[in-house]
Amino acid sequence: MKQEKRSRILLRLFLSTLSLSAFTFGGGYVIVTLLKKKFVDEYHWIEEAEMLDLVAIAQSSPGAIAVNGAIVVGYKLAGMIGAIVAIIATIIPPLVIISVISVFYTAFRDNFLVSKLLQGMQAGVGAVIASVVWQMGADVVRSKSTASLLIMAAAFAATCFFGVNVVVVVLVCAALGVVRTLLHRKEDL
Amino acid sequence: MTLLQLFLSFLQIGAFSFGGGYAAVPLIQGQIVNQHGWLTMSEFTDLITISQMTPGPIAVNAATFVGIKIAGIPGALVATLGCILPSCVIVTLIARLYLKYRNLALLQGVLGSLRPAVVSMIASAGISILISAFWGADAVIAFATTNWSMIVIFLLCLVLLLKCKLDPILVMVLAGVINLVLSVIRV
Repeated sequence: MKQEKRSRILLRLFLSTLSLSAFTFGGGYVIVTLLKKKFVDEYHWIEEAEMLDLVAIAQSSPGAIAVNGAIVVGYKLAGMIGAIVAIIATIIPPLVIISVISVFYTAFRDNFLVSKLLQGMQAGVGAVIASVVWQMGADVVRSKSTASLLIMAAAFAATCFFGVNVVVVVLVCAALGVVRTLLHRKEDL
Repeated sequence: MTLLQLFLSFLQIGAFSFGGGYAAVPLIQGQIVNQHGWLTMSEFTDLITISQMTPGPIAVNAATFVGIKIAGIPGALVATLGCILPSCVIVTLIARLYLKYRNLALLQGVLGSLRPAVVSMIASAGISILISAFWGADAVIAFATTNWSMIVIFLLCLVLLLKCKLDPILVMVLAGVINLVLSVIRV
């Protein structure tokens, strides 16, 4: 009886993460919202407050947020096996779609029309990234935190002008974050 | 050997991209374009464009795309595995600690310090994409070599995104179509 229920949960988990991954455009932030809708509002498998924390884990851990979101939900519902089922369901759609596209890409890249279309889209994707940076940067500026502004300026100089490896920047900032949090905690006590 | 290199490169991309979305872009560029030369800058930009228009995380899309180009289907699988392995380990570990202690203060403190740096790293990657778009993948930056129609398209897209709040996918398609029409007219 219990065995049967577990396999049904795994199947529902697999199918819902698969369809979310296949049809969600717009990145990880959108997908975690949809995960919440599915598992909290529709299935009632996870409490709202707990889901908020699980989403926070997915967003603050390294890696793709969609993958992380699938892992936390899968792990919460069915342990390790749940996490593995959710991961597989999440990566199947991009794996298949990009495999097909990459075949067409090599065949069509040299076509005049396709190459001009892609060339124009380079300016478009540059604009998309610029607008994302503009919005994220404005949030940092608005936070009026001197430390955040310094980190932003230093990280920009390091990666853009001095060619510092991104991994180094991440490690330094993470260490800084640990120190800042621990210092804050001391003040609170 | 190639498979191992693919695996290790994407392992780093998976382990050090914090904050989701475009956070993986500078890491992918560093590993795939700068360090290993598996993609040219313009192929890399095409990859980011394609990732934008298809579902799925950028890093997983990149793993599949680069993996197939370098070592076929096994390459795609190995690269994807490398890219998600750090998530699997770290996220389940944190989830387990959380379900036990219910405290995320340290984790969010770390993210607070990382976020401003992530903005800058995405900006740097964006600048190299724009340089490649305006002056070609390996051309010198000079007035004479500037592709002016690309700069106009870029500025137009920026206005459509920031002022008109149009959907990014729509804006990118529009950019492609405008450039196509301009090139056909010129020919």
